[in-house]
Amino acid sequence: MIHVLLIIFIITLFYMAIANRLMTYIKVLALQGVLLFFVVFIQLSEINPVNLALILLETIVFKSLAVPIFLSYLLKRNNITREAEPFLPNFVSLVITTSIVVVNILIATMIKDDHLDKIFFVVALSTLFFGLYLIATRRKIITHVMGYMVIENGVFVLSLAIGNEMPILVNLGIMLDIFASVLILGIFMNKIGDVFKDVDVDQLSNLKDY
Amino acid sequence: MVITYLAGSVAVVLSLFFSRNKQFVYSLLSLFLVWQIWFTFQVCTHAGITDSEYFTFDSLGILLLVTLSIIAIPAAIHSYIYIENHAETPRSRSIYLAALILLIMAISAGYLSNHIAVTWIFTEITTLSASALIYHHRNKLALEGTWKYVFICAISITFIFIGILFLSLALQHAGSDNLSFSNLLAKSQELNPVWLQMAFLFIFTGFTAKLGLVPMFTAGIDAKDTAPAPAGALLASVLMNLGFVGIFRFYIVIANTPLLHWAKLVVGTAAFLSLFVATVYMLKVKNIKRMFAYSGIEHMGIVMLGIAAGGIGYYAAILHIILHAFVKSSLFFQYNQLYRVFQNKSITHIGNYFKYNTTGAMVLLLGFISSAAMPPSGLFVSEFLIFKSLFDAKQILLLIVVLLLLTMIIWAFGKNIFKVLFLPAEGFDDSNVVRTSPWESLSQFLLLAAAVYLGLNPPVEFVQLIKDSIILLPH
Repeated sequence: MIHVLLIIFIITLFYMAIANRLMTYIKVLALQGVLLFFVVFIQLSEINPVNLALILLETIVFKSLAVPIFLSYLLKRNNITREAEPFLPNFVSLVITTSIVVVNILIATMIKDDHLDKIFFVVALSTLFFGLYLIATRRKIITHVMGYMVIENGVFVLSLAIGNEMPILVNLGIMLDIFASVLILGIFMNKIGDVFKDVDVDQLSNLKDY
Repeated sequence: MVITYLAGSVAVVLSLFFSRNKQFVYSLLSLFLVWQIWFTFQVCTHAGITDSEYFTFDSLGILLLVTLSIIAIPAAIHSYIYIENHAETPRSRSIYLAALILLIMAISAGYLSNHIAVTWIFTEITTLSASALIYHHRNKLALEGTWKYVFICAISITFIFIGILFLSLALQHAGSDNLSFSNLLAKSQELNPVWLQMAFLFIFTGFTAKLGLVPMFTAGIDAKDTAPAPAGALLASVLMNLGFVGIFRFYIVIANTPLLHWAKLVVGTAAFLSLFVATVYMLKVKNIKRMFAYSGIEHMGIVMLGIAAGGIGYYAAILHIILHAFVKSSLFFQYNQLYRVFQNKSITHIGNYFKYNTTGAMVLLLGFISSAAMPPSGLFVSEFLIFKSLFDAKQILLLIVVLLLLTMIIWAFGKNIFKVLFLPAEGFDDSNVVRTSPWESLSQFLLLAAAVYLGLNPPVEFVQLIKDSIILLPH
């Protein structure tokens, strides 16, 4: 069951690679949050109620509700146009995403380790590199934020893979996630939207060496 | 003891954040300095003990903590001068000082932590406080700088976390789950090499954002440029040292495994690329504050080359990082006086500084000599030792290329500094130049003199501390 969920998770990445509208990205992020919750629920066998509440808060409340609602609020408030405006065509995006996943599968088959479920490793690293790829190839700053959220999801999957033996790391990861997201979204909400209208990375190039 | 220190500092930060009264704010700042010095003193007298489980007062921590506390005093004085000269609102004054104190506190605790996750948490707190400092001016440029800094640091911190996850996987093979550096070192032979390699790559990449090395160096440059100079001085010196601590403590672990050679290769490559990048930017940079920042990248590249070369290079790297903190912070402290005269950062619009402020010009000149590692600068000694270690490691070709790059850097740095000191500025009306009191340069002279003294005639205790901090590395 976990494997099915994780494979759906990978499929959402492919969908994100070819999606055109920002709202689609937000919906995919929300879906990923729900998927992660079920993965946690099945994966962490001996879970205590406090931890469960924390993970519920993190995945459902934070990842699938708060962040998506907040991002769509930002879209409306700053009148950001609905296209994602990638630098590369969707087909190339899809090819690159596929090759990211394939390379990670190849790496995973080379590693021999009983402590780690391979599929967790593949999903986590693919998500991580896909997030970096998303940041590098989209023009709007808000898509950078979304790329960062994707990276965070990847890290969450990775922390789940070893969470059974070290639950403290899962909690640390959740702390990082909330802290960094609030910092980033806080700046985005309060400042960037007010100062730079229709936010584009090209506008963030005033700090120069000369 | 550390918990008391943290609690006291957080109390100061909170009360600063909510108070608007001028006298009260400044007395809180002085109170914190006393608190910081008391804490440093306590740490020095209790050397070697482990406090509150997660903090060990080891030699490296003590050395860097003392460096931090020494630099914190002029940083507070120059922040006071800065705020008084800029007619800050009570609110922005309080936020600035609170963020400054939070930064100093987080760096101090980060130096002393003996657990990689604790180091990581305090590194996160430095990102938070530094971003408040960078955003101080609340204009478009400050926002751009803050955004880039926060974003890159967020990604780097995530990288460090991924590294910690891989490290815990490596550790599971050794049948342990304690991520403290001493336990990692004790189990170093049993760690799974593949996961350890992954962990090192991610943790190294993550900490380069603070250390200022390729690949994540860009964020730091923008941060030092946009933050007020007294805060920039901390970002360019002691915060970089925190990145160094993070990498160095983990490097000690990996150096005691068969992966030592591989780790040297990784560190050496990043260091060389940093030197190269610093050269390229130094040659074309026209913004004097960014020039200082790029010079920091160059020095960190040299430090990491020393680490990669090994042997005497370890000793020289630690010496270099301490001396560099003194020199670079004094240049940043001087920058504000320069800006007050010319109201410009561009080297084209700055000039003839000797005529307007002789004392300040002396600081720039001496700072340049120190930073370029010409004798009698203390950095000369450490750089010389690092080159010697490269020679010993039979990296002659690398050494030649590095020396060529350094020559170019010194040429570019010197050209710009001498322009600032002696050639007239473009379109500058000198009919009513702002006069600066020579006393404002006193702290810079003291810091530069400290760098010379520690380099040329290091006290026995100082040498012993450096030797103790590298004792765990294979020689």
